[in-house]
Amino acid sequence: MTDEVDISLSVNGRTYRFKAEPRRTLADALREDCGLTGTHLGCEHGVCGTCTVSMDGQPVRACLMFAVQAQGAKIVTVEGLASGSELHPLQKAFIEHHALQCGFCTPGFLMLAWTELAKNPNPSDEELTDILSSNLCRCTGYKNIFSAVKAAANEMRNGAPK
Amino acid sequence: MSIQAAPSQRKETKVFGKRVPRLEDLPLVKGLGRFVADLSFPHQLYMRVVRSPIAHGTITRIDADEARKAPGVVAIWTHADIASYPLIDFRDPSAEALMPYRQPLLAKDRVRYVGEPIAVVFAESAYLAEDAADLVFAEIDELPPHMDAQADCASFAPGISTEPIVLKQGFGDLPGAFANAHCVVELELSIGRHSGVPMECRGAIGRYDAAQDVLELWGAAKVPLRNRETMARYFQRSSASVQLYELHVGGGFGVRGELYPEDFLVCAASMTLGRPVKWIEDRREHLMATNQSREQYHRVRAAVDQTGRILALSDVFFHDQGAYVRTHGARVADLTIGMLPGPYHVPVYQGIGHFRLTNKTPAATYRSPGRYEGSFVRERLVDAIAAKLGLDRIEVRRRNLIPSADMPYTRQLGALGTEVVLDSGDYAGLLQTSIDRFGWDELQKTIRVRRAQGEFVGAGIAMFLEKSGMGPSDSVTVSVDPMGFVEVVTGGASVGQGFETAMAQICAETLGVDYRRIRVVHGQTDRIRFGIGAHASRATVMTGNAVHAAATNVRDLALKHASVLLQAPAELLDIVDGIVARKGSPSGPTISLGQLSRQLSPGPEAIARGTNGLSCEGWFYADHMTYPYGVHLALVRVDGETGQVFVERYMVASDVGRAVNPMIVEGQVVGGVAQGLGGALYEQFRYSDTGQPLSLNFAEYLIPTAHEVPDVEVIVAEDAPSPLNPLGIKGAGEGGCTGVGAAIASAVDDAIGIPGAITSLPITPAKLKALLKNRRDNSNGDST
Repeated sequence: MTDEVDISLSVNGRTYRFKAEPRRTLADALREDCGLTGTHLGCEHGVCGTCTVSMDGQPVRACLMFAVQAQGAKIVTVEGLASGSELHPLQKAFIEHHALQCGFCTPGFLMLAWTELAKNPNPSDEELTDILSSNLCRCTGYKNIFSAVKAAANEMRNGAPK
Repeated sequence: MSIQAAPSQRKETKVFGKRVPRLEDLPLVKGLGRFVADLSFPHQLYMRVVRSPIAHGTITRIDADEARKAPGVVAIWTHADIASYPLIDFRDPSAEALMPYRQPLLAKDRVRYVGEPIAVVFAESAYLAEDAADLVFAEIDELPPHMDAQADCASFAPGISTEPIVLKQGFGDLPGAFANAHCVVELELSIGRHSGVPMECRGAIGRYDAAQDVLELWGAAKVPLRNRETMARYFQRSSASVQLYELHVGGGFGVRGELYPEDFLVCAASMTLGRPVKWIEDRREHLMATNQSREQYHRVRAAVDQTGRILALSDVFFHDQGAYVRTHGARVADLTIGMLPGPYHVPVYQGIGHFRLTNKTPAATYRSPGRYEGSFVRERLVDAIAAKLGLDRIEVRRRNLIPSADMPYTRQLGALGTEVVLDSGDYAGLLQTSIDRFGWDELQKTIRVRRAQGEFVGAGIAMFLEKSGMGPSDSVTVSVDPMGFVEVVTGGASVGQGFETAMAQICAETLGVDYRRIRVVHGQTDRIRFGIGAHASRATVMTGNAVHAAATNVRDLALKHASVLLQAPAELLDIVDGIVARKGSPSGPTISLGQLSRQLSPGPEAIARGTNGLSCEGWFYADHMTYPYGVHLALVRVDGETGQVFVERYMVASDVGRAVNPMIVEGQVVGGVAQGLGGALYEQFRYSDTGQPLSLNFAEYLIPTAHEVPDVEVIVAEDAPSPLNPLGIKGAGEGGCTGVGAAIASAVDDAIGIPGAITSLPITPAKLKALLKNRRDNSNGDST
């Protein structure tokens, strides 16, 4: 066991200060220390993408980082997508297109799509398949996730920007 | 569950059969779901399991001295600490012969698979528990591992073989049928070991409430009420003092929600240590500890006449159960036999299943258990019959299908303890619909053109027969509160399939309320006495019909009472969007269900009336299952260089009797296809000769990604509603998965131009490269 250190994270525009060991993963810190349990853990070895968060505009596997490494970065988690009761177009599209069943992988897919669409608002079908193949889903067969992201991308480009 | 008012003000009351959005989604898209890992109790401890690194051996000593001194450790248990706890029992009555093969909570003196729990550490944090677990050292004398279910049996224990039981079902004169056959087609086939692998690993929190003497298990799934009985029996407690709570469930697929050693351990520890105990499985553990499935080796024979009609079918198979018999007993092997003939008329049949143990992770059910395997075997056989007689694959199927005029059709077989009686179906009709929609005949021309250009491309077909709606009974209570909100309390369970929405749709349609005003309760054992849960595609059939019954009773009660108040006969009244009014006169006198609920609140009149509140129970009973069926069609291309299979098109036609929500049904089908593709092409739990598992992460155990799953075309058919329930429903959860291995194999054969080439799943690139190399070598030999 090692001594705890002071850690400060910027998540969804808020600063969280807590003490934790240097070995604490970012995912565990978000879930346990910040109370943001929307970031899920599906494999803890960086393959499934369930724990994807946005960090300084990049999609990041929160299970493969230490919380201490994330200090000073701007982190956005699934809890930061909606504005109050107003859902983000991606969240609406996931509901409309039945892009979730059990919902466990959903936050990771939302954050992957949200981050990537910010970089490239109009991906081709091939690019979008490539992006979505970063994460695993065991329920949906991906078809509806693809449709939802595509529809949300269209909406985000053609108005109702958030 | 909070339901957000949709932007549209349109009332959603007539919603049965409609693609309405799910009620489940809102918290899940906001990251506000509560899966078991998201829940914590004050003062909880964390459990970490120490697992055997050896596949087979004798434990001579477990040294936990150093671990006990580690920071934050509260207790460490080995078998000696919990020796009084019995083996884990079967969920349903099972054969006596299986009893000695049940799993202990912690290995006693023998370890039987890598991953078997041998000790548990309880500590103040998950990190500290894991640190201490690494310091526990087990001395194990290795024994030779038994890794092949087809090899001669070994000894499980003194005087006990690794073959606990041989299952056998059949009918008719087998030798006679084979003696009189035009020809006999014989195949050796196998299905690889793979499993559900949900995105959420398992987890459990045991919490003993000493103030009320109640033992709680949080994170229950699948069959919470059944599991409560098992738990109460296990701990010798009253049912009322054992409560299971289902939270959000991150996928079930058959493997989550059976009771495992860890579920009992957190409960036992919470009682002994006096603190809540939380255990969250990691993925590596999951891939060596959670139920595996599928692995079978079949030797199947068919006797046929010259037109390709099946005269008799005989199958002998070896089922690799792994190291212990878990809560299902021998159910998967039994289902394999009972469902193997599928949608075809088989006059004479014999199925023999050798149920055998090996030193692998124990096996049980995974989505379409026994049918994914059996469909692969049966459909490979039908393809082989066609090839042998030079007939068309589809024509041979057509000739053997059970005609709809023969429904209901008694199989003379059993499955899941009930007689197999096919309730309804137009198998030939759906076959025609699907090949027309797929453009099968046109496609043959395209394929010929592409082959001429050197491509390995081919089409495949498989038919499937599923089973669903396993009884015996379900009850539901529907209650309306004074605000007009409705609560539906079920004994059902949700594994993420859209259960709440489907139940709400049935209730809304029956009662005449907006489905978004309905709250569906499931998986809470303190809310309902009887129930089973969500397995065997039973939830919508059984619980759905119980919802229908309870909502009908509430409707009748509301109309009866309203007829007095509105001074109109009940049969002239209707309920629309929660308001009772005269049919066709919306401007006349009305009363809302909320007002009626207040009127009917408990009091002296209630005694005379015999009811309290606007609330009724409803029951549904079934002594036979319903049988969904369908067709899988695939177009694949094989890369001649790499042996990789590309699935270019995939179609499933699935008859579900009646679809409560076609959007959800399609979602189930497409998701099922993705999992079926995994088993057909990618997924396999591999083991070394020494019993070491070689598939312990997602780089070794390959789950299909968005790249591998094609844009699946789905036909949701409602040609043959079930006559066995008022709603006509059949289950929709498994048919998308069932036929995939068979259809892909059929398509790959066609693509490489070698009928019968594919005899085992998964179809790996290495297998295909070898087949293509053989083909090249042979053709070179022919031409020189």
